[in-house]
Amino acid sequence: MALLEVRNVSKDFGGLRAIDHLDFHVEEGEIVSVIGPNGAGKTTLFNLITGLFQPDDGEIIFDGHNLVGLRPDQITKLGIARTFQTVRLFFNMSVLENAMVGQHCRTRSGVIDTILSLPRQRQEEERIRQKAIEALSFFGTRLVGFRLHQPAFVLSYANRRRLEIARAMATEAKLLLLDEPTAGMNPRETLELTELIGRLRDEKGFTIVVIEHDMRVVKGVSDRVVVLDYGRKIAEGTYDEVAHNERVLEAYLGRKAVRSA
Amino acid sequence: MAEIAPVRKVAVVEEEIKLKAEEVDLQRAAKLGGVAGLVAVFVSANGMVQAFAERAIISPILSMGYALLFLVPLVIGYLAAKEPPVREGFEAPKKGPRNVVAGLLVGVGTAVGLALFVLVASVVNLRPVFLNVSPELLELLTFGQGVGPGLALLVVACVVLGTVGGLMRLVPDRLRNALWGGLAWTLLIGLLEVVVAQLFRGLGLGFLEDIFYAPLGGLTLTGALVVFVLAFLYYYTVVPRVDAWRANYAQLPAERQRSFRLGALVAVVVIVGLLPQVLGPFVSEVLDLVGIFLLMGLGLNIVVGFAGLLDLGYVAFFAVGAYTTAVLTSPASPRWSPELSFWLALPFVILAAALAGIVVGTPVLRMRGDYLAIVTLGFGEIARLLLLSDWLRPYFGGAQGILKIPNLSIGPIVFRTPVDMFYPILGFCLVAAYISWKLKDSRIGRAWMAMREDEQVAEAMGVNIVELKLKAFIVGAIIASFGGALFAVKIGSVFPHSFSLLVSITVLVLIIVGGMGSIPGVVVGALALVGLPELLREFQEYRLLAYGVLLILMMLYRPEGIVPSKQWMRELHEEELMQDAWLKMEEERRRQAEAQAAEGKPAGQPGEA
Repeated sequence: MALLEVRNVSKDFGGLRAIDHLDFHVEEGEIVSVIGPNGAGKTTLFNLITGLFQPDDGEIIFDGHNLVGLRPDQITKLGIARTFQTVRLFFNMSVLENAMVGQHCRTRSGVIDTILSLPRQRQEEERIRQKAIEALSFFGTRLVGFRLHQPAFVLSYANRRRLEIARAMATEAKLLLLDEPTAGMNPRETLELTELIGRLRDEKGFTIVVIEHDMRVVKGVSDRVVVLDYGRKIAEGTYDEVAHNERVLEAYLGRKAVRSA
Repeated sequence: MAEIAPVRKVAVVEEEIKLKAEEVDLQRAAKLGGVAGLVAVFVSANGMVQAFAERAIISPILSMGYALLFLVPLVIGYLAAKEPPVREGFEAPKKGPRNVVAGLLVGVGTAVGLALFVLVASVVNLRPVFLNVSPELLELLTFGQGVGPGLALLVVACVVLGTVGGLMRLVPDRLRNALWGGLAWTLLIGLLEVVVAQLFRGLGLGFLEDIFYAPLGGLTLTGALVVFVLAFLYYYTVVPRVDAWRANYAQLPAERQRSFRLGALVAVVVIVGLLPQVLGPFVSEVLDLVGIFLLMGLGLNIVVGFAGLLDLGYVAFFAVGAYTTAVLTSPASPRWSPELSFWLALPFVILAAALAGIVVGTPVLRMRGDYLAIVTLGFGEIARLLLLSDWLRPYFGGAQGILKIPNLSIGPIVFRTPVDMFYPILGFCLVAAYISWKLKDSRIGRAWMAMREDEQVAEAMGVNIVELKLKAFIVGAIIASFGGALFAVKIGSVFPHSFSLLVSITVLVLIIVGGMGSIPGVVVGALALVGLPELLREFQEYRLLAYGVLLILMMLYRPEGIVPSKQWMRELHEEELMQDAWLKMEEERRRQAEAQAAEGKPAGQPGEA
């Protein structure tokens, strides 16, 4: 059974249909790219899956649970974590603290445990710390060492994106939703991140859905590509299949351009 | 993966040509002179100078009123004479006559303002409008010499002081800091006569009181000189070394640092614990009040500082604590008086506060920022009006309140006097500080901070916003209710009018001034904003004015508070930190490059450039 299944989901914003009867599924261990022109509903899809928006229609099944009606934090706890298209870190918290927040949903210590400083709470703090550092270490030396205790806002743009991924990793999710992880990166950084996305699956066992505009990245990482346009799925398949699909070219380049070609 | 190539050393050609330094802006100084004139006239016309004239700081030459008046040209002159900041590509600004001229301009501005004021006031009777412009004030401003010669004296004094302010810029840094430090401490010790004289007496050093303080109040000349010299020496010799000590301390192993900090903490607690014994009932009374506000400050700090929920009705929780204690312990409780002891009542107080936290917290769960502030403001007023209402009068006694709340006792020990009460208050403050400190670096504290930074993202990262907001409200409410309970047993009665909006505002101001999110900041804020006005009775009338001025100055010059938390400092000094981070990165790179070079130059790398 698929790890994530989006069945017949629709979402309207006023009169605008952002997602239109969309069916979409992700198998465990897959890397799926979602592409499409601007405004095609890619980020809305992520927002629906993570519970930031509620769908008007349809259901979203993850790992046997229906996500419709759940709060974002409940969905995260079930095992879906995401990054944001516009990097949204906790900028005034340190790099380490950012990643530690990711562990929140996997830990339990409450106010009273903390005040009494129970051994269980202290062990848990230590574990949170280790998990966070483990997630940060995935990016080599970029986020650890002297950077651990720096506030997140001093990080470079690429490092901010990396920290966002680390924070999502720290939630111990099964499924990562990466919203344009390479936006704003230079070619070398993009290349590096493409490799990292592959390693995220191979070494860490995450299933990954990635929204991406950079076709080299899409080609480099995807097992499967899903193309959205006006909230509908217009094509699906391997990169090569999709890249030569007439409807996809149409969506990207426009009808006239295709005809005259 | 691509290796990061080590940075190659490039010889930077040192730019010899630098732009001429920017000079002290005299136009700005002139403007500030105008401001100084207005401020001086303002403090005179609103009666502060006259009200404060009663209290001598250095007997018989300097009263608090004159000190206030003359600090205006001195301090503003000093500020106006500040050189513009060094900018890249510019020479470092030179100090010189322009600094002095700037100070002089401010002095002249002050003098002109005051002179015009005195002239107008001596010709026209301003009293119908400005109530405080009395003949006595004019006499004060002209030093009792009549308008002609007195005015000349006043003008000379202002100009000289402004100039001195400017001259201070020419003095080397270390000496300058020592001079300011000496001046500040002399004024402070003069102002805090009640406390210091008591301290001498309490320590059995009563003879020092006669040496330092004049019989009619204020420091003697000898006393002032001694204080000034001691403070001067402290700032001149000790303070410059603090940085070095701090660096040494940072070098110590973590274990040693820990025990050192623990030792310091114990020492502070012991000294603070001995204070009321030495300081006597009056000052202890003030300390009690400071402690109660400190408790509330610590509680509100969790709600506002950690979780970012701006609560303007915080007094409601204080009232819940006080009234629950009153009802449960007082035999005079109108409807129902179980007459429990304080300690038996305490669990119910906590419970009631937690419920109040939920009651206030639940409706505002989906609100942020301004809306939250307004709604909680409403809750604060609702609490007071309910207590005052006829509806609840049978339970809480309406405007008559609840009287006869018994003293706090532990077994046979009864806490009757302000000196006794200090200890339970201190105990609860320590508990509250401990709670804040534990929560700050914990799973819960981090989730609060994440929520403060970006609620939506925190939620998407698995933080249950509803639960955490309620937790913040509940913890804050419980700490405030401790304050309320202690307040009730200390005063022995509770009345609705004790729980006005002003309490909420004071608590909020004290954490803003002290430093949002910082525990030592709350302590400093409570001492400065609650303790000082209590000690300086003349000040009471101008308390709100002072709060307002203080808030504006803080927002302009030190928005992170007097003792800031790391977090807020980051937020407010982003640029500097960015630069700092960049420098660190450069250093790290250099170190790596050096380490690589030390391993033997890798093939293909050019030698030293």
